[in-house]
Amino acid sequence: MAEIRNFTLNFGPQHPAAHGVLRLVLEMDGETILKADPHVGLLHRGTEKLAEAKPFNQSIGYMDRLDYVSMMCNEHAYVMAIERMLGVTVPVRAQYIRVMFDEITRILNHLMWLGAHGLDIGAMSVFLYCFREREDLMDCYEAVSGARMHATYYRPGGVYRDLPDSMPRYQASRWRSKKEADRLNEARSGSMLDFIEDFTRRFPACVDEYETLLTDNRIWKQRTVNIGVVSPERAMQLGFSGPMIRGSGIAWDLRKKQPYEVYADLDFDIPVGVNGDCYDRYLVRIEEMRQSNRIIQQCIAWLRANPGSDTNPVIVDDYKLRPPRRTEMKEDMESLIHHFKLFTEGYSVPAGETYAAVEAPKGEFGIWLVSDGANKPYRLKCRAPGFAHLASLPEMVEGHMLADVVAVIGTQDIVFGEVDR
Amino acid sequence: MSVHTEQMASRVEARLGGKVARRASLPADLLYDVAAGDLIEVARTLRDDADLRFEVLMDVSGIDYLDYGRSEWRTEAASSSGFGRAANRGGHGGAHEGPRFAVVYQLLSITHNERLTLRAGCIDNDEPMMDSVIGVWASANWFEREVFDLFGILFPGHPDLRRILTDYGFLGHPFRKDFPLVGNIEVRYDEQKQRVVYEPVEIVPRTLVPRVIRDDNRWSPDLKERSGG
Repeated sequence: MAEIRNFTLNFGPQHPAAHGVLRLVLEMDGETILKADPHVGLLHRGTEKLAEAKPFNQSIGYMDRLDYVSMMCNEHAYVMAIERMLGVTVPVRAQYIRVMFDEITRILNHLMWLGAHGLDIGAMSVFLYCFREREDLMDCYEAVSGARMHATYYRPGGVYRDLPDSMPRYQASRWRSKKEADRLNEARSGSMLDFIEDFTRRFPACVDEYETLLTDNRIWKQRTVNIGVVSPERAMQLGFSGPMIRGSGIAWDLRKKQPYEVYADLDFDIPVGVNGDCYDRYLVRIEEMRQSNRIIQQCIAWLRANPGSDTNPVIVDDYKLRPPRRTEMKEDMESLIHHFKLFTEGYSVPAGETYAAVEAPKGEFGIWLVSDGANKPYRLKCRAPGFAHLASLPEMVEGHMLADVVAVIGTQDIVFGEVDR
Repeated sequence: MSVHTEQMASRVEARLGGKVARRASLPADLLYDVAAGDLIEVARTLRDDADLRFEVLMDVSGIDYLDYGRSEWRTEAASSSGFGRAANRGGHGGAHEGPRFAVVYQLLSITHNERLTLRAGCIDNDEPMMDSVIGVWASANWFEREVFDLFGILFPGHPDLRRILTDYGFLGHPFRKDFPLVGNIEVRYDEQKQRVVYEPVEIVPRTLVPRVIRDDNRWSPDLKERSGG
């Protein structure tokens, strides 16, 4: 009789279901996982060390590249930490714009998660549906910042510029007929707010479509129900946050519990799971997309009622933090000096330290910032939700089958940009 | 929120009076120092006491105070002699008092909706060590591995203290202030040898923007007196 022994399987680092460069060393007994050992760090760039060598404003772009599917939320935590240290109050319009883009980002992230999670465990078509809507939201990013992903739109003191009056449009080409381009441009003919409003009207029906494909799907339920169960006590022990802790039944959301910006004035609900398995976390995230849609609608209403002007700015009126207007720079020597100093030396942040956290789509994204009074951070630490979640992977997959590892990676919504930093 | 924070501060001081010392902070923050020897006991109390209940350890980070307060460009003192034009690599300014390395714990109480930052200084500067809090909060596992990897702080009591973020076989601890930003080793694929080779870096480290410490009157250094934030 053949000798039966455990064997070790190398999963990744190049594997489509590893969501990036995850190397998993799995010790298996047949198809059952005995032990899992994730090896991370293949995408380590030393973001925190790089930030220590640059003036504060120059690191905003690095934040986009941490969790590269929820870009603006990362920026948000970083600029919030700086603002707290400086004692700057952000104009209300900027707060609404930030909240609106945080929620757009949340939908962006959850669509990416849903598509990839579905694809991982065998639901091909969801991916195509999700990317259809993602495209529209990426266009919002592009319209407001010029970049589809790495926006660098939030600045200490507000946001870089006000919402644009027009949207980028499609052009007819060899691959896209005039008729097709016109159809796509129909929603893009007005201002950016018109476009987002149109999106928020369409989006709930889109979420219904995803749900039709998955929620009562027998295969989907077989793959997710009772997989990767985490009890509420354990979730706290393991440092979970975001949908991971809410899926385990703890109603914890920083937007409600420790509201920042204007979240306290907005009306939305926090979905909470019951069983703490992959299916509950799926339901939580689906509902979060609907709630984000609600928040965006409320922000649009406010932003329409209070259009941007000199009395309703989107960034603080302080040339130590933001560049002066171009026209002022041409005429005013002092403005020119301000511009020069801001882009070369930057501003000095008073000595001290703070921890600023936002409810990023994946969980609590925090920035611990230490300043010694210089124009660069003395120490910057990014608390990435994915890092804590991935650390619990060995515990979550133990005793499950190999195919469930993929389901657990999917449900944790891992992105290596933030895990490895 | 601030009243709430002060209530928590008085509860922390009632339970852990002699063991922790409060540090100056922004009004909404709670920063405490703890001696390395008392860490585990304090951590247990913070987690288990009904009035405190910091059940979640959100983050553990290391910090190296080697260059704290050091600037590369004189500001006030330079007015008689003129500004220097380039970065003064040696640097000048006040060094940090106290241990070079510290480990900082970000705690969260879901029950009381409060955050607390706990800092513990490592006694030995050459061989920094800190008791592992993995028995108190399981999430410390990877966080402590990361601090060990990046700062070289050892955590006695940690069951699996391996490097986590750096390359296999990496030497040194990159987030220490005396580790160069460009690193020591560079990696490339060698066409002749048909494999990846490791070589000393060729890039010369340079400073694009000097570190400047300026006292800005608008942002008063006394953090506690400031309203809002």
